[in-house]
Amino acid sequence: MNINIIAIIKAAILSGAPLLYGTSGEILTQKSGNMNLGVEGLMFMGGAFGLCGAFVYSNVAGANAIPLVAVIIAIICSFLAGVLGSLIFSFLTITLKANQNVTGLALTIFGTGVGQFVGELMRIGVGGNVSIPNNMKDVFANSPLPAFLRNIPVLGELLFSYNMFVYMGIIIVVIMWHFLNKTRKGLYLRAVGESPATADAAGINVEKYRYLATCIGGGISAMGGMVYIMTISGCVWNHTALSGEGWIAVALVIFCFWRPLNALWGSVLFGALSILYLKLPIPFLPTQIYKIVPYIATVLVLIFVSMKENREDQPPAGLGVNYFREDR
Amino acid sequence: MENVHAVEFVGITKRFGSVVANNNVNLYLDKGVVMSLLGENGSGKTTLMNMLAGIYYPDEGHLLIDGKLASIKSPKDAFAYKIGMIHQHFKLVDVFTAAENIVLGLDEEGKLDRKSINKKVAEIAKKYGFDIDPNKKVYEMSVSEKQTVEIIKVLYRGADILILDEPTAVLTPQETKKLFDVIRAMRNDNKSIIIITHKLNEVKEISDVVAIMRKGEHIATVRTSEVSEQQMTEMMVGRTVELNINRTEPKNIKPRLTLANITVRDSEGLKKLDDVGFVAYGGEILGIAGIAGSGQKELLETIAGLRRPESGSIIYTPDGEKPSELVGKTPMEIKNAGVALAFVPEDRLGMGLVGGMGMTDNMLLRYWNKKKGIVVDKSESKQLAENIYKELEVVTPSIDYPVRKLSGGNVQKVLVGREIASSPSVLMSAYAVRGLDINTSYTIYDLMSKQKEMGTAVIFVGEDLDVLLALADRIMVMCDGKISGIVDARTATKEEIGRMMTSLDNEGGR
Repeated sequence: MNINIIAIIKAAILSGAPLLYGTSGEILTQKSGNMNLGVEGLMFMGGAFGLCGAFVYSNVAGANAIPLVAVIIAIICSFLAGVLGSLIFSFLTITLKANQNVTGLALTIFGTGVGQFVGELMRIGVGGNVSIPNNMKDVFANSPLPAFLRNIPVLGELLFSYNMFVYMGIIIVVIMWHFLNKTRKGLYLRAVGESPATADAAGINVEKYRYLATCIGGGISAMGGMVYIMTISGCVWNHTALSGEGWIAVALVIFCFWRPLNALWGSVLFGALSILYLKLPIPFLPTQIYKIVPYIATVLVLIFVSMKENREDQPPAGLGVNYFREDR
Repeated sequence: MENVHAVEFVGITKRFGSVVANNNVNLYLDKGVVMSLLGENGSGKTTLMNMLAGIYYPDEGHLLIDGKLASIKSPKDAFAYKIGMIHQHFKLVDVFTAAENIVLGLDEEGKLDRKSINKKVAEIAKKYGFDIDPNKKVYEMSVSEKQTVEIIKVLYRGADILILDEPTAVLTPQETKKLFDVIRAMRNDNKSIIIITHKLNEVKEISDVVAIMRKGEHIATVRTSEVSEQQMTEMMVGRTVELNINRTEPKNIKPRLTLANITVRDSEGLKKLDDVGFVAYGGEILGIAGIAGSGQKELLETIAGLRRPESGSIIYTPDGEKPSELVGKTPMEIKNAGVALAFVPEDRLGMGLVGGMGMTDNMLLRYWNKKKGIVVDKSESKQLAENIYKELEVVTPSIDYPVRKLSGGNVQKVLVGREIASSPSVLMSAYAVRGLDINTSYTIYDLMSKQKEMGTAVIFVGEDLDVLLALADRIMVMCDGKISGIVDARTATKEEIGRMMTSLDNEGGR
């Protein structure tokens, strides 16, 4: 059997890119102590609204449409959709102190529904598959880097041949790592997630930090949905495409020990696991078996972490707990 | 300048629903003065201090800081007025270093420069005689180190008024001494310090003035040197209290528990108990003294069957029955044989009580396996809850009110009361009076003494040596998992026990 290693790595990175967004956004959210299980819903919303934005723009602008503007509109639309979804979550859990798990699951159902609705509405509207012009699709799917870099043998293929969202994701993750570990505000955010009472007594505005982290994190997660639809799905709405992506992202957060930099290789690994059935098919092995591998890996990591009992690799201590100042 | 006080409370009233926590409190404190705030559990000391620290806001009245009207609406405002509070339950982030905790929430500009923070922390530490490693993570620290971080955190913010809520409750005598040295250094630096405490001897030792609170009201502020412990208690409780523990001579004592060569290791293989052997007699109180973590907890847990010893035996001889070996029995079998463990951990709700349930249901937890049938019969536990409610004067709206919402002292009464009610033949208690006010503590001591008179073997792990000397018949001193000696509580001195707590040389009385 002839296995093309470079092709596998490349495919893993491409299919890991949406996960990278989903995961890094959720890491930011969870670092604030908010357990937003609605990532699946956020990614659906991001995917649908991202495509919708690019689609509407290309229709309105017609032949004059500039592809790069479509990309920017897709990014903004998906981000805002995620912020909106997270705002609902934040209002319910931070202001109204509703249970985070229940709210998160509700957001998944809500977001999936909204995404499907918008996607189907577009499909019915055009009476077929929603699509954007080919020159636009190319900008979404091709590498933004100059040809001389892409043409370097092996390295060009391995490092410089990806679409712009891969590089953007890496930049977001590095910025997030710097923010969380090197800045005052990042330290305060982690304090809010670890022990809101401590942060409050130290004069940190717990609600503000939680709102901001949850909404920005949700926006980043939702961009992952857009990246999936615009690159992997080829700018076509498909109502099963995104199923499960959000849940894998939540599992990845745990797998990465809540560290942004771990999300880099974690998302590639999980991306590889999710395309393995295409690249390394084993006869008679149903593809469903491949699809549960990421979850099995997460379970194994959880067991490993709890055995190691290292205090540094634990979830933020205040994760999932709403904060009331006058609670005893 | 004569009338300008560092802090002045003017007519402060604070209500929680229909409960008046503070009623028209007028109180002041000057610079360079250490004030003790003394009062029973629930007398409103912590509430009053929380208003100074910005956790609560008064309903009526106002605060004057340096003679000027101050409105403190949040902890941040409190820092601006140079007020810092060290809470009873430390407010620290476990996975952060000392330095990271210290700078938390500060409005300082620029990026997080760990080097200059460490330098400033070291300066403060040097000035007041602290010992601290700014790069140590909080979860690796002892209780006293955590407290040090809390104090430096407040000093780093330039606090001139420090409030310490029961700072010595979890410290060893040595650590307490060190803390008091620091407090004196701060006083000499012209800072005002308020200490909330229950321990009268500490009030006498450290403070210049003492303010006494009772039922939310400020009763009096007096110079510590001009008042006796007896007088302070009377002002605090509002009536004459007998401050003597009524210790009767042990009558017809007989061996109840005989431990020999008990060795216990923890999960990491460290020896927690090393070749421990002693006899606990029915009809006497055996006090156990030792620095926190010397194996007291492990010893009680081993007897209760919660830990398996590596070697050794525990022979249990109930009244009129044959001796039996406890090692190898399950905790349930040991409990049913009449060995009760009233263990009061630092987290009172963590072990023994379910916070969301009322007193009745918590009583039921102890006896769930005694009854048969599908339907729960609550009558007996209800009766028991009623008894504890009356006898121990538990302050609760009803016996079905969630115990989580009771004050710490009352939670403890429920826990200890339940264990005693099972009329055990061995009663073990650890830190039974931790955090309790003086009046309630004496109620608990009384209960222990009554148990002893009934022929129970009482094992009492305590922190306060004065109490151990007054309550126990014999005191066993532990050090580093070994027994450094057993002394007669009627003749031993505090110094003698203190020495034995830190060294194994003294083998006397064994």
